[in-house]
Amino acid sequence: MAHSGFIPKDNLNSVIEALSKKARLFVPVEEGDLVLFKPFAAGQTMCFSRPANLPPKAVIFPQSDVLFDFNLKKDMENLKKVEVELKENLDFPSTIIVGCRPCDAQGFRIYDRVYLEAGATDPYYKGRREKTTIITLTCNAPSPGCFCTSVGRGPADEDGSDLLMTELPKGYYLEAVTDKGEAVLKELGLADGSAYREEAEKAQESAAKAVRKPFASLEKTPEKLIGLFDDQQFWEAEAAKCISCGACTYLCPTCYCFNITDEQAGSRGERIRSWDACMFAHFTLEASGHNPRPSKAQRLKNRVGHKFSYYPTRYKGVTACCGCGRCIRYCPVSVDISEIVAHVQGAQG
Amino acid sequence: MTEHHSNPYLPELATVTRVIEETPNIKSFQVVLNDPAKMKKFFFEPGQVGQVSVFGVGESTFVINSPPTRMDFLQFSVMKAGEVTAALHELAEGEQIGVRAPLGNWFPYKSMKGKNILFVGGGIGLAPLRTLILFMLDNRSDYADITILYGARTSLDLCYKQDLKEWAARSDVKLIQTIDAEYPGWTGKIGMVPNVLKEIAPSAENAVAVTCGPPIMIKFTLQALSQLKFTDDQILTTLEKRMKCGIGICGRCNIGDKYVCKDGPVFSLAQLKDIPSEL
Ligand SMILES: Cc1cc2nc3c(=O)[nH]c(=O)nc-3n(C[C@H](O)[C@H](O)[C@H](O)COP(=O)(O)OP(=O)(O)OC[C@H]3O[C@@H](n4cnc5c(N)ncnc54)[C@H](O)[C@@H]3O)c2cc1C
Ligand code: SF4
Ligand code: SF4
Ligand code: FES
Repeated sequence: MAHSGFIPKDNLNSVIEALSKKARLFVPVEEGDLVLFKPFAAGQTMCFSRPANLPPKAVIFPQSDVLFDFNLKKDMENLKKVEVELKENLDFPSTIIVGCRPCDAQGFRIYDRVYLEAGATDPYYKGRREKTTIITLTCNAPSPGCFCTSVGRGPADEDGSDLLMTELPKGYYLEAVTDKGEAVLKELGLADGSAYREEAEKAQESAAKAVRKPFASLEKTPEKLIGLFDDQQFWEAEAAKCISCGACTYLCPTCYCFNITDEQAGSRGERIRSWDACMFAHFTLEASGHNPRPSKAQRLKNRVGHKFSYYPTRYKGVTACCGCGRCIRYCPVSVDISEIVAHVQGAQG
Repeated sequence: MTEHHSNPYLPELATVTRVIEETPNIKSFQVVLNDPAKMKKFFFEPGQVGQVSVFGVGESTFVINSPPTRMDFLQFSVMKAGEVTAALHELAEGEQIGVRAPLGNWFPYKSMKGKNILFVGGGIGLAPLRTLILFMLDNRSDYADITILYGARTSLDLCYKQDLKEWAARSDVKLIQTIDAEYPGWTGKIGMVPNVLKEIAPSAENAVAVTCGPPIMIKFTLQALSQLKFTDDQILTTLEKRMKCGIGICGRCNIGDKYVCKDGPVFSLAQLKDIPSEL
């Protein structure tokens, strides 16, 4: 049985402060109307009462990441001769994320299959992933838009987390999921929490029951989506409101596409990868001017298709959407991916 | 260079040893990896591609169009189309580039043994075919008849003129060249590739067709091939999609659940019919 611990309510801040001495710590912090993951600073007010607006994906997959530096060295004897030097940095600091939600932790599992397990390994992702411990807060109540239970996950899903933390009236019940989580529990030297296990499980179950269910099951959804591939009318109707702003993908804990570009100043430069999104027209635009996805309907179809058909087809039925509901809460024109999936399931064809 | 050779994003440094002007907007670059040990060990299969970088400008995808049977250098042919390709066109012999290769899948040359091979290429589309043609010519006895139909807009737009001359002179290769319209000094065929294909009407019996060219040429070539009774399994082509990582991670080059950089660029028509229509 996994080890557990308990933190009385008043002690949470001091426990987190103690953790921050061991590793670089990211915690959810309120900034204006937003809750964002920020490096921990003593005395900061943390926000655990609602999921962060942006998931902590940038901790492991930064929005903009240097792949390597290059230096073009001119030979002073022969100015036409340039030597190139490349330098990569694969040293990453030990890091702990505290207070993300199970859906956010699940997001990293969805990345893992692509970045670590399916052929080529991404050394930047791998380096950060291995050095990062994820302490997740289970959800006590769903937020508007959440539908994790419909995609086979739940408010206390442990996949992707190292340590699960459940808020109870008197304090926080902690349960280790992995060895990394065990190690943190041990280091903190917390009181045994097993007396609170049952109470925590009850809280988790009632949260799961409160999550809305926009559709009953995902069975046949991958095939249904392929069946609708050429139904231009269906996709145009679903995408009618979309303004191609891309917010849905930037806020999504499971979106992982990127671009690679060079930036140079003088003889030095960097090759950088940055988040990119299939909701933008340039994403697939070729040099010839040909674009396989020129319309927003085709791009929305790809986004939904990737999460609910292409990824599950490649990875044994795993849906690449964890139901966090962010794209639903923050889409400026209320496009709702769970509604689209429900429509797909109801559609003829 | 660093010691982390497992980093798939880190290019190998290479030197351009020769630049060949193929057409007014296509140049071929012969390159050699700077590290002689790596050059010696370098191995690829016909049809695989590379990401070529000009540092400070970026990376673009090109097929390695020299064959693995001739490993003195790697050749890339580049049509000027945008930023990276324009920067490549500025390069002179002796200059440094980056190469990430080999990437992607390749032509199933083993299962093509003993068959009649029909190549149908248009413009720069001869590049991926060239690798396989030269590979097959270097293993000539493994294959039966080899027919090459190659077309371009004008005679100036024909690539690999030296190869064309050699192939035309060989008795064990049938080369048909065509251009779209009359051009001063042209004595070969005139007409679009698919029309010429119908006219020469090669038999589908015991044959495999390999085609590459601009999308519109491919479209009509496929129709012509099917009229000639080539089945979907007998037709191979290569796809182009905007690519970045080249290793199935960045998510840019998908068509449905297939990644052109990893599951392709070589596909049979039968495979293409199984994936969504998003070319
Ligand atoms: C598998 C494969 C093999 C190819 N082989 C050859 C070849 O042998 N010779 C040749 O001349 N061209 C080839 N191309 C096309 C070539 O990659 C593009 O023309 C080139 O990337 C354009 O780059 P650019 O930076 O000059 O254009 P820009 O318009 O400045 O492009 C910006 C970025 O978009 C991407 N991009 C744009 N168009 C394409 C495209 N059609 N395909 C892929 N990426 C694109 C590039 O990554 C580039 O970095 C191939 C493409 C693929 C996918
Ligand atoms: S957030 Fe909404 S409007 Fe913006 S791209 Fe996504 S679906 Fe379209
Ligand atoms: S698609 Fe929407 S609901 Fe699903 S994981 Fe991404 S942001 Fe969350
Ligand atoms: S180029 Fe990145 S996934 Fe194909």
